[in-house]
Amino acid sequence: MPEDVKAHITGVVFQITCKAGDKVAAGDPVIVLESMKMEIPVEATRAGVVREIKVAEGQTVQEGDTVVIID
Amino acid sequence: MLSSVLVANRGEIARRVIRGCRALGVRSIAVYSEADDGWPHVRDADEAVLIGPAPARDSYLSVERILAAARETGAQGVHPGYGFLSENWRFAKACEEAGLVFIGPPWRVIQQMGDKVEARRRMQAAGVPVVPGSEGALDSLEAAAALAGRIGYPVMLKAAAGGGGIGMVRVPDAAALPAAWASAERRSQAAFGSGALFVERYLAEARHVEVQVFGDARGEVVHLHERECSIQRRHQKLIEESPAPALEEGVKEKLVAAAVAGARAVGYVNAGTMEFIVRGSELYFLEMNTRLQVEHPVTEEVTGLDLVQAQLRVASGEPLPWRQDEIVQRGAAIECRIYAEDPARNFMPSPGTISRLTVPEGPGVRLEIGVAEGVQVSVHYDPLLAKLVTRGATRDEAIARMLGALDGFVVEGIRTVIPFHRRVLASAAFRAGRVHTQMVEQGAFNA
Repeated sequence: MPEDVKAHITGVVFQITCKAGDKVAAGDPVIVLESMKMEIPVEATRAGVVREIKVAEGQTVQEGDTVVIID
Repeated sequence: MLSSVLVANRGEIARRVIRGCRALGVRSIAVYSEADDGWPHVRDADEAVLIGPAPARDSYLSVERILAAARETGAQGVHPGYGFLSENWRFAKACEEAGLVFIGPPWRVIQQMGDKVEARRRMQAAGVPVVPGSEGALDSLEAAAALAGRIGYPVMLKAAAGGGGIGMVRVPDAAALPAAWASAERRSQAAFGSGALFVERYLAEARHVEVQVFGDARGEVVHLHERECSIQRRHQKLIEESPAPALEEGVKEKLVAAAVAGARAVGYVNAGTMEFIVRGSELYFLEMNTRLQVEHPVTEEVTGLDLVQAQLRVASGEPLPWRQDEIVQRGAAIECRIYAEDPARNFMPSPGTISRLTVPEGPGVRLEIGVAEGVQVSVHYDPLLAKLVTRGATRDEAIARMLGALDGFVVEGIRTVIPFHRRVLASAAFRAGRVHTQMVEQGAFNA
């Protein structure tokens, strides 16, 4: 089952720290958001392989938006 | 007096500076980004110039666009507020070269005090106590080990080129030094393009106490007493007050003497703050903020003096408006910073739209607020919404007034730190003045 990794806060995508095909463990940062001068990592919710990255650097995401899909 | 001043900032501090300008008959010019169209600081000013899109680097951090706005509007002076370009010596220098009066110290002083190793060296030369540590950057792990052994563990490794806590690593003992050295060197290299490190003794559970200083072009320097600022999260202040409660005898006198001596030694002009670490009877210089401080209203409330008006006067070439013996600390004042952050989620940012806003008022209550009902609090800027300040004849009265004012402060649509402030002010430790900078991270005020 693929799983959506969602942003837990509203912010601007500062950095994408994974790419499609990467193996990730639960808790690994997949992207870093910047919000109100703070850098906040969004972490993989479970282990798996990154299927798709749904955002681009500089894009604003809302809390609850899917940022990465993990298989 | 300057006839017009451009305020290179936003939110509550821009409004505060505009108010100071108005009191002295100075024309005020606001600048704003697309995200801040219609915000209170834009409406308050006599004139306002749109300088760019929301991201700070394209607007409030753009030297070029701010200088262009100053040219267009015929501004004579520039007030940088705090944050953004306020401690950027290149900006201060660019203002001077453009024929503008930068309302702050000379750019060379900003440059010197911005370099941590240089600031430390200059303060030491002026007889100001600094945290025991290396004279300058260390060239090897072996040198660091020798020095740390001499000053005693725990120690702190710091980036010589750094600031803002970046590249800082705490080392508990000698065994942990090699790994800590490698990590700090790597992080400093990545952040500042230089792996140069220096070592300082680490003072656990110490207090942060600072002294407001003010200098003029004739070389006169005065202090406006101290502020206690130990309640912090992520090395940033949440609550400040004056006087500092429960200081050991003689410490206050040593702090103000060191602050004035340090500011004099660097030829300080305009408003500045000397920050110290205090533990028991020990005190050490931490750094100097070469600008108006966020928490300046606490000092204004206990001295009855207006720091922004004094900044405008001194920048216009007037002498300091007060002698040292005229600057008296009366009663007590406390400031709670109202941040758009969720204290229940480790102070995570909480941007969004303010759907409802009710603000407190009453005797001894002062509010410096940058937002209004209906505004969108953006992800692009600092989360400070407002500063709530109360004054009392005694510290207890100021605390009681703060608790009442916090109850009358309602912000809906986003989370704020108001519930956290209530817990701190009600705690026995805070009431006794038993505070240190690690209390928040240690969970002393958790719900």
